[in-house]
Amino acid sequence: MKQTRNGCLTAGLILSGLMLLCILVGFFWTPYDPTAMESAKFLPPSLEHWMGTDSFGRDIFSRVLKGAGTTVTIALSIMGIAAVCGVAIGALTGYFGGVVDEVLMRVNDALTAFPSILLALVVISILGPGSKYNVVLALGLVFIPGYARVSRTAFASLREANYIKSAQLMGVSKGRILLVHLLPNTVQVLLPTLTIGFNNAVLSEASMSYLGIGVTPPDASLGYMLSEAQGMLGTAPWYAICSGATIVLLVFGVGLIGQGLQRREKGVA
Amino acid sequence: MKYAAKRVATLLVTMIIVSLLAFLAFDLISGDPAQMMLGTEATEEGLAALRAELGLDRPLPIRYLDWLTGFFRGDLGMSYHYHEPVWTLIAPKVRVTLWLSLLAFLLITVVSIPLGLLTAGRGEGRLAGLHTAFNQLCMAVPAFFIGILLTWAFGVTLKWFTAGAFPDMTQDFAGSMKYLFFAALALSIPRIAMTARMLRSTVAGEMEKDYVRTAISRGNDRRGVLFRHVLKNALPPVIAFLAQTMAELIASSIVVEQVFGIPGLGRFLVACISNRDYQVVQAIVVILAFWVVLAGTLADLIQQRIDPRLRLGGAS
Amino acid sequence: MNTRRLVAGLLSAALMATLMSGCGGTAEQTAAPTQQGEEPRPNEITVAIAQDLDDSLDPHKTVAAGTKEIMFNVFEGLVKPTPDGNLVPAVAESYELSEDGTVYTFTLRDGVKFHNGATVTAEDVVYSFDRCADITGGSSLVEALSVVTDVTAVDEKTVAITIAAPDNEFFASLTLAILPKGYEDQDTAPVGTGPFRYVSRAAQDNIVLERFDDYWGEPAKVEKVTLKVIENADSLVMSLQSGAVDLCAKLTSTQVAQLGDEFYVAEGTMNLVQALYLNHAVAPFDDLKVRQALCYAIDKQQAIDIACDGYGTPLGSSMYPGFGKYFLPELTNYYPHDVEKAKALLAEAGYPEGFDMTITAPSNYSYHVDVAQVLVEQLKAVGINAKIELVEWATWLSDVYSGRQFQATVVGLDASTMTARALLSRFESTAKRNFINYNSETYDALYAQAQATIDDAEQTELYKALERELTENAANVYIQDTANLVAVRKGLEGVVFYPIYVLDLSNVGWTE
Repeated sequence: MKQTRNGCLTAGLILSGLMLLCILVGFFWTPYDPTAMESAKFLPPSLEHWMGTDSFGRDIFSRVLKGAGTTVTIALSIMGIAAVCGVAIGALTGYFGGVVDEVLMRVNDALTAFPSILLALVVISILGPGSKYNVVLALGLVFIPGYARVSRTAFASLREANYIKSAQLMGVSKGRILLVHLLPNTVQVLLPTLTIGFNNAVLSEASMSYLGIGVTPPDASLGYMLSEAQGMLGTAPWYAICSGATIVLLVFGVGLIGQGLQRREKGVA
Repeated sequence: MKYAAKRVATLLVTMIIVSLLAFLAFDLISGDPAQMMLGTEATEEGLAALRAELGLDRPLPIRYLDWLTGFFRGDLGMSYHYHEPVWTLIAPKVRVTLWLSLLAFLLITVVSIPLGLLTAGRGEGRLAGLHTAFNQLCMAVPAFFIGILLTWAFGVTLKWFTAGAFPDMTQDFAGSMKYLFFAALALSIPRIAMTARMLRSTVAGEMEKDYVRTAISRGNDRRGVLFRHVLKNALPPVIAFLAQTMAELIASSIVVEQVFGIPGLGRFLVACISNRDYQVVQAIVVILAFWVVLAGTLADLIQQRIDPRLRLGGAS
Repeated sequence: MNTRRLVAGLLSAALMATLMSGCGGTAEQTAAPTQQGEEPRPNEITVAIAQDLDDSLDPHKTVAAGTKEIMFNVFEGLVKPTPDGNLVPAVAESYELSEDGTVYTFTLRDGVKFHNGATVTAEDVVYSFDRCADITGGSSLVEALSVVTDVTAVDEKTVAITIAAPDNEFFASLTLAILPKGYEDQDTAPVGTGPFRYVSRAAQDNIVLERFDDYWGEPAKVEKVTLKVIENADSLVMSLQSGAVDLCAKLTSTQVAQLGDEFYVAEGTMNLVQALYLNHAVAPFDDLKVRQALCYAIDKQQAIDIACDGYGTPLGSSMYPGFGKYFLPELTNYYPHDVEKAKALLAEAGYPEGFDMTITAPSNYSYHVDVAQVLVEQLKAVGINAKIELVEWATWLSDVYSGRQFQATVVGLDASTMTARALLSRFESTAKRNFINYNSETYDALYAQAQATIDDAEQTELYKALERELTENAANVYIQDTANLVAVRKGLEGVVFYPIYVLDLSNVGWTE
């Protein structure tokens, strides 16, 4: 049992680490300028162009590096917004309960009733499409209810724990209880949720960009590249495969970490 | 019964909030439908007249109430663009999307439940790691990427179906089902992986419990215990998960319909959002949201039927 | 233990296999239409269109160019355009113009029928013009017809149309669709006199037209046309490759390159003036030197080569070669590509280091977005840091076109009628459609003069002067008249191109 548990986590960490390394390098250096239209069109993968070139004669490998960077940055920002707001809401409602809890959870229910893409589409239409900040904001908002729900359960279940009760009796302030006593103990539950959240953010951003309302050219995100690539599957299948596979590997790596964390949590508990 | 009543009340409240949110959201969206209808050559008087005709000059609460009562009378209003009743426009699309979700849902249930059970409760062998990895890999592939590959492989290269030529459902039902099957496949692969994993881990968790150990140590057949006792306790969370799946299928179908060129609600929705055809968008958003809320409620009710313990939890 | 796992794996694999093969089985039974080699091909075609006809189908209310483009096959006016840019009698058989040039007397053709079976009478013509021309008050639906002062049915077959003052270009607006009097459902079930009649529409899915057998002229070659709405440019290619679609216009060169040998490509022009349109009310584009610098910085031919694989005709002013008599080829290279000169002009204008700018582009038009991407690269070379903002078409219309809130935009402008005025009137400083806020006294004076002239040759010269003024003043960074690449399934022929934005399906037919 121990072996597989570590296997998942280790494999995930290695894969994600490698991807992260490539992306970090991509921020500072790419083999070619990812927007320069210098080479011939539709070159198949070769030693000069590892992933070939696209319909403008741009180096796909450089674009994938940059695109993955954009995608990860966006996904992390989305996750950040959603997690901070969601956990804050979940903590307050979970710990205090009462009318506020009831009202917020009803609104939460109503919001979860909108499929996430749908809600994001609506928010994007209000904010205006074609800006990555709006995508971050829209998806960030959309994912808040999910985190709120998970953390509410976690906080509510710990509320009754003996050490919290005794802290309350000792007159520890509510803020301190929430931040110092409860939050660290919910991290166990929240960490796997975070990895799932990251993956959802990557996949949603890809879908939005695929629908043409995410990141705009000449900047590339993996989703937008994939939509471009779909029309070129006949002449340049490597374009779709490389950009698609990058998304898959990103999500796969983080998914493995999540899985590993969940197992470890079970092992500890 | 008390629980069911309470759940239905919650459902109604949620629905009202949903419709209000949808209504307000679309009112906020910048852009003027009158301007869109009259195009770039519109005159001020023409715009004002059209706004009055569409009732856009009335105060917000009145428009909301009007719309809500209309919604329950089956009158979804007129499309700003098509000059046709919204319901006439979306009825055939509701049918397509419903069948698509249904097919995908069937695929998920039929494949993932046996898969989850068969792989569950086997402890952790050497292959389990590989199995988990494969599972994670399936979940990592975006549905639309699978869709792109499927259309390419089966629609363009093998020509098992004609990509882009969705047959009319009323005329060629079998043909349209075949077409939908591939889209449903794209929709269901990541979900099958998720459901199987979910079932696998709940069953595994259940198998660790004392009553199972006792039962097995008393000489009961492991498989018998699995089906007679464990399943009953492991199913409720899976049913909840499947209800959630039903809801999320709708969301992924927005993108997958785009990939396969299926004239369903999702694709129509995206088009109407960019056209600012509010009447249609509002109607579709609310219908989809109601669908999701209903699925959730249904799941809750089924869950508490199976597992009476939840009745207490839900009522408190 | 291990065997069980193996069984599980095999079982799931078998399950998948059954699902797959079950599906393959049905595929053979109901073979795709392309595989019916032996059976005679049904006399019908499927045409892909990138924009749904999500408009009123009433031709007098239709706004979207895409709707007009298709409904061209359903409606006709007294006269109709030909591929070579002339106007020939359609519903009318002949006409006479009075001495003073203000009264047009039309004699209707015998036996022209509406799709509902009724014969076209003078009353219908009067009704159609009354509806649009604002003779009895109300707002005129068609701007060009606001000059009409009277429409009278002289007898059953004769109609007299009177306009306020002689106007050379009025004739072009007589393409106005003739509709049956008293028919109320034009919005959703249109009735006209064209070679095809409208059958049905499924929103965002398809539009069906059928041959009109009582058509007065040469009947259409195919019996049925299904227009398939495929908005996503990428699924469009798949639909062509899979055999779902027989004909598709306005493809990009990249899409064309994907097509197999089941298709050939007919090349025409889109009849658009594609340019980087600049907002003259916004700094720094109010400065002539900056605009000229932009013109020098851009390499049109390279943009066409990279974004369109060389398909496309470079332009130098707001006129395309389709309007032969007004087109001035010498303006095309008025600003040759010259990075040094561009830099020098920028320095003179006070921007030696260049500046930042935003190019707005409509996301649904890939040929504008692609060109914009190349322009950004070219502008980098002179130190201008341009950023693309993609907007939906609806937003483009409201923010850029009506709201005039933009710096620069790549878009194509077309002519609604076959007149030079349709292209040039918008740059008159007070024009409602002057979304670039062009403001030149010389231009306004020349334009007024052109409108007041009755002599055709003189008027043509004035229009040419207007084009020259636009170029010299670097009104916009002109790029090209985009190529219209039409993918046509082999065996299908008869695609003809018009100098306006229409898709004529009446000549298209299978060769066997």
